[in-house]
This record gives sequence, structure tokens and C-alpha cells, in this order.
Amino acid sequence: MAVKDYLSALILIAVVVFIQLATKATDTSYYLTQLTMTGYYSLVIIGLCLVMGYAGQISLGHAGFFAIGGYTSAALTTYNLTPLLEQGNGLVRFLSDKGLLISTLNLYGEAVLYVNPWPAAILAVILTACIAFLIGIPVLKLKGHYLAMATLGFGIIIYRVVLATEIFGEADGISEIPGFTLFPGVCVNGDFGNRVINYYIAWSLVLIGVILLLNLIHSRVGRALRAIHGSEDAANAMGVNTARYKVYTFVISAVFAAVAGIFLAHYNGGIGPSEAGIMKSVRYVAIVAIGGMASMWGSLTMGVLLNFMSLRGMFGSYDDAVFGAIMIIIMLFAPNGLLNLPVWQKISKSIADKEND
Amino acid sequence: MTTELFTQYLFAGITYGIIYAVVAIGFNIIYNTTGIINFAQGEFVMLGGMISISLNPLMPLPLAIGLAVMLTTLIGALIEMVFIRWLVHPSVLRMIIITIGISILIREVALHIWGEGVRSLPYFYGNEISSIDILGAHVSPQVLWVVGVCSIIVTLLSLFFKFTPLGQEMLACSANRLAATLCGINAKNMVTLSFMLSAGIGALAGCVVSPITYTQYDCGTGLAIKGFTVAVLGGLGNSMAAVAAGLLLGILEAFSIHIFPLAFQDAISISILLLILFIRPHGLFGSKEAAELKEF
Repeated sequence: MAVKDYLSALILIAVVVFIQLATKATDTSYYLTQLTMTGYYSLVIIGLCLVMGYAGQISLGHAGFFAIGGYTSAALTTYNLTPLLEQGNGLVRFLSDKGLLISTLNLYGEAVLYVNPWPAAILAVILTACIAFLIGIPVLKLKGHYLAMATLGFGIIIYRVVLATEIFGEADGISEIPGFTLFPGVCVNGDFGNRVINYYIAWSLVLIGVILLLNLIHSRVGRALRAIHGSEDAANAMGVNTARYKVYTFVISAVFAAVAGIFLAHYNGGIGPSEAGIMKSVRYVAIVAIGGMASMWGSLTMGVLLNFMSLRGMFGSYDDAVFGAIMIIIMLFAPNGLLNLPVWQKISKSIADKEND
Repeated sequence: MTTELFTQYLFAGITYGIIYAVVAIGFNIIYNTTGIINFAQGEFVMLGGMISISLNPLMPLPLAIGLAVMLTTLIGALIEMVFIRWLVHPSVLRMIIITIGISILIREVALHIWGEGVRSLPYFYGNEISSIDILGAHVSPQVLWVVGVCSIIVTLLSLFFKFTPLGQEMLACSANRLAATLCGINAKNMVTLSFMLSAGIGALAGCVVSPITYTQYDCGTGLAIKGFTVAVLGGLGNSMAAVAAGLLLGILEAFSIHIFPLAFQDAISISILLLILFIRPHGLFGSKEAAELKEF
């Protein structure tokens, strides 16, 4: 990480703490709910930023990975295994003996048996990584329009599968997902009492994610990725294994999306098919584009701003239209992102000139 | 499977297939002149259907359809002039994001004008229950309308590109834009024209198919991705192959209902897209060498 990135990370921590204190002081802690959700969506965005900005590959299917993570974890932690145990299912008994299952009583006082959120989450991440790996190998051989359509197609398939599968609740999605106890006393759920701690959980994850990605970008891998972005053929000729690096980054960013999906599903206590929709994927791409593609901090800033405004309902029924319009305007007039406009450079240059005078 | 059932599926497949083919030809026309895949292609079909449905109570059906096609053609021209005409060598990624943005905007405008409801034009001849017996299967007369109109579109287009000066100029632009410009062809106008053409044929297809498949504000996305599947299946840029590929996909999809649940119908055709992209990205009828020279 560069010195500038350490500074930015410190600023991020300061802003996160400041906002929490400010909401407490002004008694507006209800904002924290949307800010927590924004944090999880930001996790998807920084992951996608790695693929789009640094490796130069478009993915219009990231909501699919988000959904695979969220839905797998949600289904495992809400599917009642008691009947299977009574039938003497070997796998369920094995899991039960290893302490990977939780048994509680439901509303009607019946005994129910669920998978513990920890193994469920780990399984969800592994599943997502495997799917991303298997999809990534053939898909990332494609370029341009073909890559866009293939990833879009993947997203639609996930959406259709979610909509048509009974375990995933079809059009209703999965609700009443239990909280995710990270450590004793620290639980990811939507309780009012846990609002502050959940806000910090979400943003710690974002911070860890950003630091991991920035380290990656400033390593050998990152330089290889930028070489691929610049010219894939030239990178290949210089001995960079472009196919492998592209698939790795794809898997990493899919895992980011899956982790976001898992945490958000537990936090909201529910997940619906709209999370897997095409508009979600398009929205992630739009935010990365607005942030300036190859700018982790730019994407993060824009992601927080736009997601928060959208979640607060500021765009009303024009939500998607606003994102569509922003996408077009940015790509027409500022294809390098809002924060890379020549205007800013002029301003910073004139400030520097004044200081020199 | 009985013969009647087979014919029934076959006709359903042909109906959808020919619509996909028209959408694919729309993709091809724009791709040939600009190298852009217009992600808003499906929205033209939706607009054609929606506008004609709104105009239908005010005037006779043929007039409503004609006016809807003209309006959509104008919208196509407008989109090209406002968003695309003045960009200098835009990157593929940039064009993908812009055309996706356009498709979202059109869809949202349609949502706010026409609402979420499902609408449809009346049947051109007869009604929902009238049918014609063909080889023991009951086929709605509207199916014949769809197949007839789409076949006429395809034939007229190929005649247009072969025999009219304007069509030849467009072909020249797709073969070599710089050379065409040097010959005095206004390449920019040809691009506008290609947007108008593909918007127009999309809208016409949207009108004739509306009584069977109904029109909804968000029906464009599904059509676009299937149209693209067909365009790739036939080899991007090759309109005649798109017809064959369209019929193939439509029929495959229709018969897939016999085996898989209906809910997976879309997933199946998209899996075909992924498969063809992985195995034969130059299409069933395209040449591999030619495809490698193109920019995607």
C-alpha cells in the first residue's frame, strides 16, 4: 500500500467513527441501518472494482454471486433438518455429532434443527468460489460484448434458478434467517440494540476488504493485472499468465460479493430474488464506472453515496431511472469517472500554483 | 410424443424463433455499421407493442401499427443522434455501459407511462379461440401473421441491402468505413439509418407478436438476450444465418418445455448462449478466421 492509501484508510476510519458519534449526538441512529447495508453493498463494489478497473474485465453478473452466497447461507440456516435426523440420515447425524447444527424451538414449541451460521457461511463462500472458478475459466476467455453478454446470461440463470427453486422460497425469498453470532456476544442481526455494533462489523469488513485489495493491487499480481488491462497480448508476450490472473481476480471478487450477501442476509433476516436481479448487477457496474473504474477509493465513495441515497428512498420510484441516467451521463462526459474530471485537476493545479506564489 | 403435439410445439417454436431472428437482425444491422452491440434492442420491440396498443383505440389497427413503427423509428434516430453520433472512437466497455443505460431509461419511462400491467393488441384476425387446423394441430391465425410479417421483413431487408443504392452504401460502411467515407458516403448518416432500421423492424415485430406474447414494460431484456444468442449462434453480422439460428433456438426452446419445467425455459436458452460462446464464438455458420479479425 502506498502512503496515500494509509492516509485514506485512516480517513475512512475517522469518517466511520465520526458518523456513528454524529448520529448518536443528533439522535438519528436510524441512519445506521442503511449505512450498515451500504457497507455490505460497498464490499461488492470494491470487489467488482478489482475486476473492472484493474483487470479490465466487465462483469454483469455480480448480483449472481451475491445471491449464491446469501441464499446458500440463508437456506442452510433456515432449513429444518429434524425430519432428516429422525429418518436416520447419516450426513445430518455426522454434522450433529460434530456440533455444526443448532437445535432450538420454533414459535409453536416444536424442536427444529438448523445448520450453525458459521459452517453455513464457510460453505457458502466455498461454493461461490468454486462456481466463480468454473464459470470464470471459459467466460474470461471472451472479450468485450461477448464477455458482457456471457456474464449477463450467468446472472439471469441464477435469477431464474432462485425464482424457480422451492428451497430458495421462489418469488417470496427466504425470511426469518437467524442472526449470525460471530463471537459470543457479537451477533449480526437486525435487532435495534445491536445497531451500533452491526454498523461497526459492516465497516470493519469494508476496511479489511479495502486493505486486502490495495495490498493485492500494489503487489506482483496487481502489476500483472494492470499489464493485462493495458494490453493483454503484450502482457502475454512478457510472460504474464493472463488467463490465470484473470480467473483469480474474478474468484476473489466473487468471494467479496458472497461475503456481502451472507452478512446482509443475516442482518436483514431475509433475502429476496430481487437481490439476484439484473438491475442489481447493472447498478454495481454503474457505481464502479462512476467511481472511475480503476479507483478503489472513488468507487467506495460513490458506492456509499449512491447506495445510501437509494436505500433512504431519495430517488422514489425513479430509482432505476436515476442509475440509468447517471450511467449514460458519466460515460458520455466523464468516461474516467467523476473524480477524474479535468476540472478537478485544474483546480488542484491552480491551488498548487497559488501555494508556490 | 404424438404428431399433433409435435406440430403444436413446432409452430410455437417457429413463432418465437422468427421473432428472435428479427431481434437478432436488428443487432446485426447496428453491429455491421458501428461495431456496437445495442443492448437496448429489445426495448424497441417493447416500444412498438406499447405505442400501437395505446394508439389502437384512437384509429384503425393498421394505422396504429404504422404510426407506432414510425414513432419507434424516430426514437431510434433520436437515440443515435443524442448519445452516439458525436463520440469519437468510444471503447467497447463505454458503449456497453451507455447502451445498457439507454435500455434502462427506456424501460423506466415505459414503466411510468404504461405501468406494470400486461397489455396486448387485439388479434388481427379472429380472436383468442379461433384456430386453423394444420396437420392435426390447432394453430392460431395470429401465428401465421407473425410468421408472414417477419418473413416479409427479412426478404425486404435482404432485397434492400442487395438492390438499392442506400442499402449498398450501408454495406460499404460495414465493409470498410474509411473507404466508404472516401467514396463520398456519409458514414454518420448511415449509422443513424441503421439505428432507424433496426428500431423500425423491432417495433413491427413487437406489434405482430403482441396478441400472442403480450407486452409489458420489461419484456425487452429477455428478448434482447435471446436475440443476441441467435445473432451469435448464426455468426455476428450475418443476417440470413440469424434466421436459421432463430428458428433453431425457438424450436429447441419450445421442445424443452416438454422435458424441463416452464420456469427454466429462459435458463435453457441462456445456457445455449453460454455454450456457443465457449465452444464456437464465431457461430454455427460463421468462419473462424473472419471472426478472429473482428473487434468485439
